[in-house]
Formats: sequence, C-alpha cells, structure tokens
Amino acid sequence: MAGALPYFGSTPYQAHAQKASGPAVVQPGAPGEPTKALPPDAHATLPPISRADVDFMQGMIMHHSQAVEMTALIKSHTENKDVRAIGAKISSSQADEIRMMQRWLAARGQAISMEKSGAREMPGMPDMDMSGSAMPPMPGMLTREQMKALEKARGAEFDRLFLSGMIQHHGGALVMVKDLFSSAGAGQDAEIFDFATDVDNSQRAEIKIMQKLLEELH
Amino acid sequence: MISTRSVVLPVAALAAILFFPNPSNSQEQKPTPDASGQAAPQGQEKPKAQEDPFAPQPAPPLPPGMMGSDVNDPRAKLKPGMYDAGEIAKGLRHVAFVKKPSAFQLQATSADDPSVQKMLGQMGVGTTELQKMPKTLQVVIAQLAFANSDFAFQGNHLFQGNFYGVNIYDISNPAKTSLLTSMVCPGGQGDVSVYGNLMFMSVEMPNGRIDCGSQGFPPEPAPEPGKEKERRLPVAQKDRFRGVRIFDISDIKSPKQVAAVQTCRGSHTHTLVVDPNDKENVYIYVSGTSFVRQPEELAGCSGEGPEKDPNTALFRIDVIKVPVAHPDQAGIVSHPRVFIDPRSGVINGLNNGGSHGKGEEKPRDTDQCHDITVYSAIGLAAGACSGNGLLLDVRDPVNPKRVDAVNDPNYSYWHSASFSNDGSKVVFTDEWGGGLGARCRANDPNKWGADAIFNLKDEKLSFANYYKLPAAQGDTENCVAHNGSLIPVPGRDIEVQAWYQGGVSIMDFTDPTHPQEIAYFDRGPIDPKMLVLGGDWSAYWYNGAIYGSEIARGLDVFELTPTDLLTQNEIDAAKAVQVKELNVQNQQKLEWPSKLVVAKAYVDQLERSKALPANEVASLRKAIRDAEKSHLKGKHLAKLSAMSSEVEASAASAKTAADASRLQALGAILKHPVA
Repeated sequence: MAGALPYFGSTPYQAHAQKASGPAVVQPGAPGEPTKALPPDAHATLPPISRADVDFMQGMIMHHSQAVEMTALIKSHTENKDVRAIGAKISSSQADEIRMMQRWLAARGQAISMEKSGAREMPGMPDMDMSGSAMPPMPGMLTREQMKALEKARGAEFDRLFLSGMIQHHGGALVMVKDLFSSAGAGQDAEIFDFATDVDNSQRAEIKIMQKLLEELH
Repeated sequence: MISTRSVVLPVAALAAILFFPNPSNSQEQKPTPDASGQAAPQGQEKPKAQEDPFAPQPAPPLPPGMMGSDVNDPRAKLKPGMYDAGEIAKGLRHVAFVKKPSAFQLQATSADDPSVQKMLGQMGVGTTELQKMPKTLQVVIAQLAFANSDFAFQGNHLFQGNFYGVNIYDISNPAKTSLLTSMVCPGGQGDVSVYGNLMFMSVEMPNGRIDCGSQGFPPEPAPEPGKEKERRLPVAQKDRFRGVRIFDISDIKSPKQVAAVQTCRGSHTHTLVVDPNDKENVYIYVSGTSFVRQPEELAGCSGEGPEKDPNTALFRIDVIKVPVAHPDQAGIVSHPRVFIDPRSGVINGLNNGGSHGKGEEKPRDTDQCHDITVYSAIGLAAGACSGNGLLLDVRDPVNPKRVDAVNDPNYSYWHSASFSNDGSKVVFTDEWGGGLGARCRANDPNKWGADAIFNLKDEKLSFANYYKLPAAQGDTENCVAHNGSLIPVPGRDIEVQAWYQGGVSIMDFTDPTHPQEIAYFDRGPIDPKMLVLGGDWSAYWYNGAIYGSEIARGLDVFELTPTDLLTQNEIDAAKAVQVKELNVQNQQKLEWPSKLVVAKAYVDQLERSKALPANEVASLRKAIRDAEKSHLKGKHLAKLSAMSSEVEASAASAKTAADASRLQALGAILKHPVA
C-alpha cells in the first residue's frame, strides 16, 4: 500500500464453516446484514499507520520542545506564583509526552524528528521526504522574534508575553489535533488516538487557566 | 483510560529496543535497559545521549505531608512475567485463567512461531538483531488496539469487551470457564452491556467501521511532486462508526448487528438505564470523551466552545432510546446539559479548570462525563465527569438533572462511581495518569489516584475518606483506581476493585471514614524493565465468583476464601444472592433471601464487632444449627422466633448504625426463615 507504514497485515479473512465444537470466530456485518464466520485460527489485523500520524508525532515533538524551552525561562524571568505553577505543569507533562512520542516513533522504525526523517530508510516508507529540508514550523509556534522578546522580558511583561505566547502555542496544538483527525486514515492507531485526545482535552483546560491569569494581569 | 504517557506497548517495546536511534549515532550502542530494572535514582539523570526512552521514569519525591504505599507488602516485589509472573493472594483463590483468544492477538504467542519472526521482519527487525532479542520479549505480543476492557454478564454467559470486539465465555462452571464466541468488531474501547437479547457496545476510535471491518480507512496516498498540499481522499466517511452498536445475541455463537447509533464524540463508555415505569424501552447514557467529528460526517456536530456555538457537542451527554421490540429503531432522544449553571443558564457551569493545585498533573475541564452509574431504585445516578463528581436525578431518564456536584483537591480525573446498596454512600475513583502510568509507587501519594468515599444524604455528597491500594507497586506497573462492583455480603459494604497491574483489591467501606482492605490478588509486572500495558481493567462479583478482565493476558476467575476478616458464612450469604444479568453501571438493589445462612453471616459480624456477648452468640448459633437440622420444623423454629424479639430489641442499644441494622435484619430472618 503506497504511503503506508509497515504493519502486521495478514491475508484477509475468508468465510469458513465453524467446527461445531470449538469456539466461534465471527464478524458481524452492518446493521441488518448477516454475520460471517471467520476461520478458527484467524489472527487480528490493524489498519495501516498513515503518513499524517508520523507527521503529527514528529511535528508535535518539535512543538512541545518549544513549550519546554519557554517554560525553562520562567525560573529566571518571573516571580509570579501562578505563572510558575502553570509553567511547571506544562514543562513536566510535555517533557513526558516528548518521550512518549519518541518511543512511539522509534517503535515503528520512524525518525524521531523531522530533520532526521530522511536519514533512515525504513522498509515500507518509500515516500518519506528525503530532501532533508527544514520542515515548516508547526501551528501556533512562536516566531524567532516572539521568542527573543520573551527572553528579554522580565516580571509582569514576561508574564504577559509568556501567557499570551503559550495560549497561542496551545491553540496551535489544538489545530494540529484537528488536522490529524481531519486527515484521511489518520488517528486509527489506539495509542495515537488516546494521546491526541489527551492533548486536546488537557490543553483546552490549560488555555482556560492561562486566559484567566492573563485577565488578572490587566 | 485516557492518556498515553509513560507506557510502552509490547510489540512496540521489542522493536524499539533494537531501533531507537541513538542520538550519538553509534550503531553499536543500542540502548539496553538498565540490568537492575531500576530507574536511575533521583538527581542522577543519565546524560541525554545515553537516555533509554523505554526505561521507566522515577517517581518524584512525595509532596510534604503525603504518605505513599507500603513497600514491605508482599505484593510490592513479585516475579515479573507475561504468563509466568509471580502471584500472591489473600482471601482469594485463583481458580481459572483463560488466555486472550488468538483472534484478538496479532500473531502467535510463542517465540518459536515463525509468524513472530515474520511480523518483526515486517517491522524491519533483521535476523542478526532478532538473535540478540531476549526470548521473553519476543513473545510479549499485545497492544492497546487489542486491550481487554469491561465486562457484562447474563445467565451463564460472560461478555468481555475489547478494543477489537467482544469475547463471550461460558461460565456455567466458573473454574472451567471456556470461550464460546470471539466477535471481531474493532473501534475501542468495547465497553459492553447486555439486556435480554440485546448487547450494546461502545465505539470511539476513527478506525470503527459500521460493518465491523478491521481494515479501518485508507490513509492518504503519497502526494505527487508539487501537489503536497492537496487533499484527495475525503475525511468524512459514511462507513465510519463512532457511537453505540446494538447486537441481537439470541444466537450466542453468532451475534447480529441490528442497529448502530452514531454520536458526535463516539462512545467512550455507556450506561444501560432501565426505567422502572417503562417496560417498552431501555435507555443508554453515552459518555463521549474524544474529539468531535466534523459535520460533513455526522450532521449537526460542533466542537466549538459554548461561547461560539450553543449547540456544541461538548458539555453534554447523549441519551439513546432503544425500543426493546424494535431495537433497529434506536436513536438519540436527548443531549442533557448536565454541567449547566441553573441560575445563569451557562452550559459550561461546572468548568473548574485550574482549581486543583496538584503539582505536575494536568488540569481537566468538565466538558464530558467519563462514566455514569445509575441506581434507578433510588432515582439517582453518580456521574464521574472529568473535573467533577456529579449526582443526577434520573427519575425522568430522558432528562437527568444535576442535584449536586463535588470536586476534590486531590482528584485528577473523575473516572467511575458506585453506590453502597442502601444508597448512603458513593465510591468515586480517580484515574490519575489515565490508567497507563505507574501511579502506585512508594512515592505516589495515597490520596492521588485513589477511591474517594462520599456520604450521600438528602441528595448531598460529603467527603468521608480515601482508599488506595495499600501495597506499593513497581515503576513498570500501570496502576491506579479502576472499575469495581459490590460483593453482596449482607450487613457490610464491600467492593471488589481492579487496580490494573496493582491487581484486585477487596475493600470494606461499611465505615466510610475507615475503609479497610480485606482480600487481594496480585501478579508481578509484565516486564521488569519497561512499563508494558496490562493488569485488571475490571474486577466484578457475579453470582458467586469474581472475574478479572486482564488487559493483556486474558480473563481471571477467583473465589473468596474465608479469613478473620470475612467468614465462610458471609461468603455463603453473598452467594445466596443470584441475579439474571449484571451491568455494573446499571446498579441493582441487592436483596437477601430470608435464609439461615444469611442469619449466620450477621451473627459472625455481631461477634466480630462485639455487639453481642459471647454467650448470646453461642446460643444463637446453637438455635440456628438445631433449626437447620430439623429442616425448620417444630419447636426449633419456635425457639428462633422467640429469640428474634430479643435480638431486635437490642438493636436500639447498638453502638453503631451498622450493628443496629444487622440486629434488625437478623431478627427479621429468625422470625420467618425460609429453606
């Protein structure tokens, strides 16, 4: 299958008569349609992983890395307790998630970053971008200028730039999740499904908290 | 189960050991997990270049004032293994284990099977690398895509949900539980309920197909040069299914799909609701926790915030009405806004994001319920809804109304709930870490990821105490509070509960301020060096046995054995309660027969609590024994009846409400015992 990652496919099921004694292995049809018997020795199969899944994970590692970079400034740039608290949460959960995404990619023979995605030739991945060119930044990521301004700011100005920047940054993550689930054949892997769902739920909540903090600053 | 952090799935794990690209670029330095299986101690993080992404992360230090679990408990250090892990039990006997059926596994489970090598080859693992791979790792073949999930029961049949479908077992002899049917129908999580000839199943993932196909949907083909941005395959798929499937199970060996009700967020869990006043229909409460799909796929679905779209699919549950005689006509009848602020009319009225200062844990909005337990006998439901615990009035099942809501500073994610039989207490669970993380380590606070027991009076919840698995678990064992059910021991509130790789724990919460563990079962971790997802999703009592749904390994069956904390009479009295069907989240009132075995259980309890003096206990036991020998005839029966008034009278002076109820119930049985 063009563009598909290696997966553990086996031959499609064929209907066979069940032995009367053994357990039945069956697969229902759509509502109103008959249920078909599967061979007693049938094994499970998975839908293919899509290019959009790999792009999402590689892109989200880059995206999360910037969030971790932003939170690393907090200690030296502000004394605001609320900003420090939300920053600590973001830092710890996103660092943890970066590891999870690296494992997901590594376990599927994929490069862990976009820059390296052309560096390894994986079976079943003939269509990877081999150009090695820098990938475009992910949605919501702060521009170089924004990052510079954040690094320069201190105190209340830092708080304002950090919160508005992180709201923008998190908003981008929601866009990435939406894009993932809006890509044909994506998000069908159980791990990526759960992870993307979790990103959506938790970053929505964090945006609300940061919006409240930002209002309180004004 | 909701997040995917700190976990490695087995197939992934073995490939990854070989594959993880070492940032130092030295191909010879394949990362190998620490031989001791221990994570690096605090403050001694390995240099990044040698970091093994599969090694478990150490637990952060305990926050000030918090206590962890007991590292000296014998459960803390059991031998690891997939099928040969060390096991330990107290007050439970492990009577059967049935391996997950092959139709729900990718390949064979023996390392010598050629198909294992074939599969690994497809993943890119070469022969040389394969030879280096430990045999034990090669045979660990399971994935979240094939995880076992929740149970339902009917007659002699057990229904075990799975992300890949449902397996149906014959449990007419629990010790010889055998597989009847493997029904392939992927889409996760496969939460399952049964009612008469109908079986209901939750589907939430994008690979769910209306025809139960396992192929999912095709990914976008590789773009042609210069056309990378063009999208050629439609995302909206008329054949995609996310919602609740309904099957006719009259032929238990060949379930037939009769309806499939689509919902905007799919169905993470669902709850069967039977209206005592409506025999024609049953209802399904749908809890969706995932993304809202696009309106092109299902008309009317909106994932916008409530400010932008008052018809958002967030901040609601869905109610499906199922005509029992015409299940094919099932459909959504309401979208109750259970988080509404009744004064302002704002639909996100319970949005509590940020109120919980809890270190590294991520905050959660209350825009979803995770699971709802309905107790129609008292007209109430307990909703475990992400950021809050809810109490709902469900006397009108189509229009549940919130009557109370609580939150808790130590709670991360409100996950599930169960009522005490008398409706005076609710046990909520906190699925801290989403069920995929190690959260029972010595340094994990015992108020986090725990049960929270609330008193319930006049439709108000008030916190009593926490209960967490007392035994510390390893850092490669996913562990947190999960699904449980009541054990019908009369006179006590007892719950059996699954704790993932923490095993099964049985808790007495008769006194909600002093919950106590009375029995347990545990296995060692699947793997000592990395967290491999597994353990018990659910542990439920059904008609005399306890069943555990083991995510990776299969199905476990247990029997209670007597201890000083639970007598044989109490076990026998629990077995006297027989039900035709069990859907745990549709809680049914337990009623005990007026049998002498139940009376004997009460006597044991009154002796244990010292509510009755030893001589009275002895004479009651003798009178009961005599009556049993005489088959409830003549003077022995009269003797019991004579004793009953005395027993009932002493209820007035009992020191605890529990003992007063026991004395009254005992008196009632002695007055009119049945065979």
